[in-house]
Amino acid sequence: MQASAVEIQKVNKHFGPFHALKDVDLSIPPGRVTCLIGPSGSGKSTLLRCINFLEPYDSGEIRIDGRLMGYDAPGRKMGGRALREMRRSIGMVFQQFNLWPHMTARENVAEGLIRVRGMSRADAATRAAAALAKVGLADKMDNHPSRLSGGQQQRVAIARAIAMEPRLMLFDEPTSALDPELVGEVLSVMKTLASEGMTMVVVTHEMGFAAHVADRVAFMERGELVAADTPAAILHQPQDPRIQSFLRTYHERNSF
Amino acid sequence: MDLLQQYGPALLRGFGYTILCWALGTVFAMALGLVIALSRHYGPRWLGWILQIYIEVIRGTPFLVQLFVLYYGGPLIGLRLDALPAGLLGLTLYGSPYFAEIFRAGFRAVPLGQLEAARAIGMTEPAIVRRILLPLSMVSALPALVNFSIILTKETVILSIITVPELMYQVSRMSAETFRFVEANLVLALFFWGLVEAISRLGRRFESRVTKHLIERT
Repeated sequence: MQASAVEIQKVNKHFGPFHALKDVDLSIPPGRVTCLIGPSGSGKSTLLRCINFLEPYDSGEIRIDGRLMGYDAPGRKMGGRALREMRRSIGMVFQQFNLWPHMTARENVAEGLIRVRGMSRADAATRAAAALAKVGLADKMDNHPSRLSGGQQQRVAIARAIAMEPRLMLFDEPTSALDPELVGEVLSVMKTLASEGMTMVVVTHEMGFAAHVADRVAFMERGELVAADTPAAILHQPQDPRIQSFLRTYHERNSF
Repeated sequence: MDLLQQYGPALLRGFGYTILCWALGTVFAMALGLVIALSRHYGPRWLGWILQIYIEVIRGTPFLVQLFVLYYGGPLIGLRLDALPAGLLGLTLYGSPYFAEIFRAGFRAVPLGQLEAARAIGMTEPAIVRRILLPLSMVSALPALVNFSIILTKETVILSIITVPELMYQVSRMSAETFRFVEANLVLALFFWGLVEAISRLGRRFESRVTKHLIERT
């Protein structure tokens, strides 16, 4: 058994009096796709954001390739330099894309390469063009985000992340803000990425994606990690009544 | 006509000083305002409180009074300045809290997600400020920055009371010597109108360039 890419142990997170994550344990295997599913407000996004420490967790451990994320020792946060260094190898894609609107698609992708990787402008532009070509946007490189559809914007955001050559990619509901007809183009880019062996953690409401692309599915509810198993075990033969009820609601909403 | 021949050069020189005082005062005040806004944004809490007090005091007192205190009170604590440097320092101190508040509002209007995206790829905070926070805050801050710069043009007339030889100073001299108050002040008004018109035109052009891709047009 290969070591985990991300090892989450007994992680807790509070927002004031609200207990958002309760003793969460989860192993993310390398080179695989792990989907986090569950009702909204269950802590999926919070857990994802704890992995790259955009959200500091209160207790427990998150180890990325064996290294403790965010803390030098329990209770002592790591310095900015160490944190940035760890984040460099973790790509993140957001629900709202979060492209920088004053830069073109290519500039959005090149920015991190220049500022973080220290590449020259010319090298960064070449690498950015390659990343954009990979997500099928070679012809939109010089467009600003305001001139791109939601699906195109999200693909630029994916290109921005993969251009940094991360070892791990986090997706926070990447298709939830998209019109239904634009969901497919984003999912297909993600499938390609998965087939190349990228380690991916995906918070999603796309059960189809979870069923067909994920290697593991983890179900969360009310801050607890209820179960993590193969997609078939979670989605087709769920044992836990909470998962059964979640899937029933999902199927009812999506039937017509 | 004689009047123009006699006082024209002095008025022009005065106008030059007015533009100089306004331009330098605005640049310095804006720079100090930015430093204050960033310090409140990133600095420790005690620094934020001190700056908050500074903002309240400066905004709560008239510029005229501040200038008197600085120019005539300064020497009591060993701060001896000529009229022009004192005037520039006064404008800088007076304008900085307003600019600081404009920047603060601009920062708050930047969507958090766009800053998180920069943090997530490992950009340093100074790079994030320079490349993301400042440019995006201009969407909401720029009109207010131009607006306050225009207000500052007219505050420069107050520098005449500490004998900075700007336009108001020359106009007062002319009216005192000739008793032609109306003409003298008409000249003053025309000069200022021209200056403000030029600044607001420049501001609008700058604004449309900066915000070209930032504001959704439907």
